[in-house]
Amino acid sequence: MSDLTRKTAAELAELMAAKQASSVEVTQAHLDRIGAVDGAVRAFLHVDTEGALAQAAAVDAKRAAGEELGPLAGVPLALKDVLTQEGVPTTAGSKVLEGWKPPYDSTVVKRLKAAGIVILGKTNMDEFAMGSSTENSAYGTTHNPWDLARIPGGSGGGSSAAISAYEAPLAIGTDTGGSIRQPGAFTGTVGVKPTYGGTSRYGLIALASSLDTPGPCARTTLDAALLHEAIAGWDPMDSTSINQDVPPVVAAARNGDVAGLRIGVVKELGGEGYQPGVEARFHEAVELLTKLGAEVVEVSCPHFEYALPAYYLILPSEASSNLAKFDAMRYGLRVGDDGTNSAETVMSLSREAGFGAEVKRRIMLGTHALSSGYYDAYYGQAQKVRTLIARDFAKAYEQVDVLVSPATPTTAFAIGDRINDPIAMYKNDLCTIPSNLAGNAAASFPCGLADEDGLPVGFHVMAPVMRDDLLYTVGAALESALAEQWGGVLMTKAPELEVTR
Amino acid sequence: MPSITREEVAHLARLARIELSDDELDHLAPQLDQIIALVGQVSQVAADDIPPTSHALPLTNVMRADENIPCLTPEQALSGAPASEAQRFRVPRILEED
Repeated sequence: MSDLTRKTAAELAELMAAKQASSVEVTQAHLDRIGAVDGAVRAFLHVDTEGALAQAAAVDAKRAAGEELGPLAGVPLALKDVLTQEGVPTTAGSKVLEGWKPPYDSTVVKRLKAAGIVILGKTNMDEFAMGSSTENSAYGTTHNPWDLARIPGGSGGGSSAAISAYEAPLAIGTDTGGSIRQPGAFTGTVGVKPTYGGTSRYGLIALASSLDTPGPCARTTLDAALLHEAIAGWDPMDSTSINQDVPPVVAAARNGDVAGLRIGVVKELGGEGYQPGVEARFHEAVELLTKLGAEVVEVSCPHFEYALPAYYLILPSEASSNLAKFDAMRYGLRVGDDGTNSAETVMSLSREAGFGAEVKRRIMLGTHALSSGYYDAYYGQAQKVRTLIARDFAKAYEQVDVLVSPATPTTAFAIGDRINDPIAMYKNDLCTIPSNLAGNAAASFPCGLADEDGLPVGFHVMAPVMRDDLLYTVGAALESALAEQWGGVLMTKAPELEVTR
Repeated sequence: MPSITREEVAHLARLARIELSDDELDHLAPQLDQIIALVGQVSQVAADDIPPTSHALPLTNVMRADENIPCLTPEQALSGAPASEAQRFRVPRILEED
């Protein structure tokens, strides 16, 4: 049989439905691939071999018994280590949670299990999802399968690297400022941030509660849509969950017709600071969509320029509050409990020992932004800018159906390049942040390789709230037109990883 | 003139309950100063009459039915505790000595 790890999730599901492969075989093939390449890629923090094979065997038994199964039943998946899975180590990339085994499943995990999707293990990430490179993980950096000397993006670099290295056909990420889309762009894969409230945050270790959104990562648009449909929808366990039908994302991914679609190119997201190869691929993709019948206009969103500063006030403020729960009392790391130290001293020693540099920076920044005397100038003003950014979107959507931009200003950079320059690191997320602040749906789709470095470029699409289907319409149109040019999706151009036994 | 001094950073660390080392304070103070200069750009936006947004979507209070539903057992709830005793979290002393 041809290599099962090279197949898409949709192809694997078809094979299994036709009983030409079992889920145990498919799962084992991916576990073998992880064994062969993850020493170099380091996408996984924990591989749940036994649990995955047991889930796979259960799906096979159900299929043999003639039970009705979901469209992705038996397909393996890599799970970002920020979502709880009962009994499986969950660290969020932090020493604070080393060895913690959650006593409950997040809603996303519950839905994956209900869909018969097999969870292979937990993927690496920047600590508490704070970062754009996975270099802030307490457990080491993940390497980009396109070039192992480079970062895979972040915070969900592990999830995107896993699918890009063919260790899994599907992965789950979470996107607070671009943590699904930016690694998607850097690894030549698809990354979708659903509408805020379209996927449940229950069991997602919170970074910034008003921004955090779980979503799908995959190598093709259709695979991402199938996974999107499996995890999305109203959840009574999340008070900000939207009680509406899931947008028709799978139908949109299968259809992919952009004729008559109005596309707005955001003027402010380009120019100075953008790598020429990124801009070249982006503009070619826009031309291609025009040829496919889309109507393209330029649109101005004047307040987007302030999205980055507003985000770096809102996010640290929410994070400093959310991370207060790591107090060394009920779970997580405890240091200095020698019988004489007070609870407060133990708390301070534990947080000092458990948190990494970036987490401390953001907690301090958030504490500062929320402190009396600074609140109005920083947090209050950032919330007003957030309103103006949402208004920019609303105004743009009066003229166009979707907005587009490059997903990132540059391609993947070298490991170590920006780790000592927080501001250069923050600028990775210039294009992705506005959609988190406004809560709308957005995605990155592969659109080619930059000439300077031969690395993947992401095409960013932003759609109105609960119009996630439009992302897939554009993604599918672009994907099939580009695949025709290239003779396959972008991932087929990725270099072969050296396999170790 | 930095927008944030080393002493202020030390004060923030106490508020955030992080026992920062001297080395970390030396590093963090200038880094935070740079970051504050970046985020301070929000003040360039004329927004006096603009209402703040705390949340992208309109929030309504959400209530559930007043029914008993299964929850974690004490063993599950204590399963990650650094220390427990008699089915409770054991914590260091919470009062100052004197």
